[in-house]
Amino acid sequence: MLRYALQRLLYVMPVAFGVSIVCFLLVHLAPGDPLTAIMPIDATADQQAEMRAAYGFDRPLPVQYGIWLWKVFHGDLGNSIASGRPVVSEVARAVGNSLILATLATLIGFGFGTFFGFVAGYFRGSVLDRLASLVSILGVSVPHYWLGMVMVIVFSAILGWLPSTGAGPGGSTDWRPDFDHLRYIILPALTMSAIPMGIISRTVRALVADILSQDFVQALRAKGMGEWDVFKHVVRNAAPTALAVMGLQLGYLLGGSILIETVFAWPGTGFLLNTAIFQRDLPLLQGTILVLAFFFVGLNLIVDVLQSALDPRIQRG
Amino acid sequence: MRRFVLKAAFALAVLPAFHHAAAAQGTLRIGMTASDIPLTTGQTDNGGEGQRFMGYTVYDALINWDLSSATKPSDLTPGLALSWALDPADPTKTKWLFKLRPDVKFHDGSAFTAESVVWNLDKLLKNDSPQFDQRQSAQGRSRIPAVASYRAVDLLTLEITTKSPDATLPYQMAWILMSSQANWEKLGKSWEAVAKTPSGTGPWKLTGFVPRERAELVPNADYWDKARVPKLDKLILIPLPEANARVAALRSGQVDWIEAPAPDAAKSLTSAGFKIVTNAYPHNWTWHLSRAEGSPWNDIRVRKAANLAVDREGMKELLAGMMIPAEGFYPPGHQWFGKPSFKLEYKPDEARKLLKEAGYTPEKPVVTKVLISPSGSGQMQPLPMNEVIQQNLAEVGIKVEFEVVEWNQLINIWRAGAKDASARGGTAMNYTYFIQDPFTGFIRHLQCNLAPPAGTNWGLYCDPEMDKLFDQVRTTFDPKEQTAILQKIHEKYVNEALFLMVTHDVNPRAMSAKVKGFVQAQNWFQDFSPITMDK
Repeated sequence: MLRYALQRLLYVMPVAFGVSIVCFLLVHLAPGDPLTAIMPIDATADQQAEMRAAYGFDRPLPVQYGIWLWKVFHGDLGNSIASGRPVVSEVARAVGNSLILATLATLIGFGFGTFFGFVAGYFRGSVLDRLASLVSILGVSVPHYWLGMVMVIVFSAILGWLPSTGAGPGGSTDWRPDFDHLRYIILPALTMSAIPMGIISRTVRALVADILSQDFVQALRAKGMGEWDVFKHVVRNAAPTALAVMGLQLGYLLGGSILIETVFAWPGTGFLLNTAIFQRDLPLLQGTILVLAFFFVGLNLIVDVLQSALDPRIQRG
Repeated sequence: MRRFVLKAAFALAVLPAFHHAAAAQGTLRIGMTASDIPLTTGQTDNGGEGQRFMGYTVYDALINWDLSSATKPSDLTPGLALSWALDPADPTKTKWLFKLRPDVKFHDGSAFTAESVVWNLDKLLKNDSPQFDQRQSAQGRSRIPAVASYRAVDLLTLEITTKSPDATLPYQMAWILMSSQANWEKLGKSWEAVAKTPSGTGPWKLTGFVPRERAELVPNADYWDKARVPKLDKLILIPLPEANARVAALRSGQVDWIEAPAPDAAKSLTSAGFKIVTNAYPHNWTWHLSRAEGSPWNDIRVRKAANLAVDREGMKELLAGMMIPAEGFYPPGHQWFGKPSFKLEYKPDEARKLLKEAGYTPEKPVVTKVLISPSGSGQMQPLPMNEVIQQNLAEVGIKVEFEVVEWNQLINIWRAGAKDASARGGTAMNYTYFIQDPFTGFIRHLQCNLAPPAGTNWGLYCDPEMDKLFDQVRTTFDPKEQTAILQKIHEKYVNEALFLMVTHDVNPRAMSAKVKGFVQAQNWFQDFSPITMDK
């Protein structure tokens, strides 16, 4: 088991290196001047050149990459051009906020998705199956930013029950799971959970249907095993795949949905990325993408290891 | 399980009550369009909005803007300087003396003196000074191009020497905000630390700061201008860059005021009891025309024809009334408007006649490529607005092809000039302008020696007669005489149709009916001191 985990960890190294190159180069390919955000609009050519030199953008790209990578190895992602604050602290705060939102959204999505999936899988072809499938298809198909706006209109603008923007009454710095703060997370979390709920529901339905049709289930029933015990076998067999899907979904959600976080002004990674993109804030963009990519790689690693723990056949494969 | 369901039902039932209890009396919450809290250390970023919310609130300049009237364009007014004038003993007319206001204290209790001004100017201009701050310098240095040197004559007298005689210095100094040296020293000479607990002399003190989320300001009860001590208990600034999120926040009662509501939200907001406040201000929405060789805009008849072909009233309808149709480069009624003889009216027939005289026919139309952006600061609704113009111009025989580029890219092209390869052969550019002072309003667009890369005369216009007028502006120190020259310049701008002048934004902001006492000045900046909140 340990050997398998170490082997997987080793595979991660070249992936991480590739990710660093891609995220550095991609942001440099986009048009626009990264210093536009901080220079007065009519700064003279001399002032622009001075600023370019001060931020190191006058150096060749490979040199810039080398310096950046060296700093990354030392835990320094540079400073945001637009705000002047260290990227590490900006990203850490945003990741923390996205983690709170993504965890809640995943729990909601996984909970409801699994429930609907099992119901649909167990009662295939019935009205319950159709209803559960309809809900999951809606979850996958409805544009989530649209859903977010509708939620805001209904629950914030019309009913005035829940706040529409922000992470808490005093911002996100002193976030805690109390009522005052949870009110702010309900709408974005529900909106964000729609897609994972749909995907997990569809996956679980297919898995359950497939498992139920397998010979071993017939054999268990033939042996006189109770439906509850059969159900536990079904869950055990469906778990690795469902877990892998959930891990991927959590990864996506951790990246923060740019649209959802922007609609709800939730100060997470999506909101940060949106800001960085519009301001052409290269260090912030690079740092955020890198951290998120590493999160994704790390989550995949954890899911791989967990899967193999649940189903040792995966290790052997 | 049953207990959980009951708890959840109770929570849902009391949600509305908690929501309304959150709004405190005397607190004004503003949703800004910026995506972050503007730089708090003194010289703000985020353009006009940064200066509006984090500049003239926490800080003062030597010379401020008079923001007390909604009915007349605002002008300069004494700030931390009581008076300013050329040194009568200096024949070169480059030495200015500023008499500073006595007994002014920074928020940290330290005294404001002429040395404070020297320290602040060093912060922006002297790269080797300990307090030099690259970020503030990036914002402030280009605002004071006239300044050559400066010194404290005595505790309350400051001398500034300009590179050449320049009567626009007071306008330049209105940009420069004074932060506290004592506070910077107390905080370990760290601007990062100052950003969290800044100290200025302004009517508001910053007491809470969560990057990208909110800033809280409370009144400075010891403010030197007693008439401008804020009446509110608290002012909260919240960055909400997405227009729909701003509207939702206003409608749900999370904020009391939003900047720049989308025109299509205006009707629903007013019918829901919110106020939309607008006013003229020094902003224009133009096509900056290339005067490089080969540009069709070198012919005055073509320029005039285009200006006569635009249906500005139709465009106003498109924008739900949130614009002022251009009658010149400046909004009508501005003190520099003058009396231009060329009227910007919708006369397509006259436009066709002018084009015919210039040798253009339906078979041989004027062809122009125009650089536009899909969005951008001050650009209003650039895509539909440009499409209206494209259609208007096509009707008189001007064929417009658009080159759409991202806003930041457009800024770079604007800096590079019409002849640069990045302009992709464009002969006009849709660009909006901050036109609050003689330099930003007139000089930078058309002075010969400000063609890129030296400046932002994008269209490479050069007219010795215009340059002479610009020189006169700089060397005329009597405000009335200077105004007369500025009027002449504006008349030349309009009479020679130097731009395609389309509209002026009206700086719309939507607010709850509870907001009282706000006077929307005809300015990019606003005064929040007289505002109160109804219970």
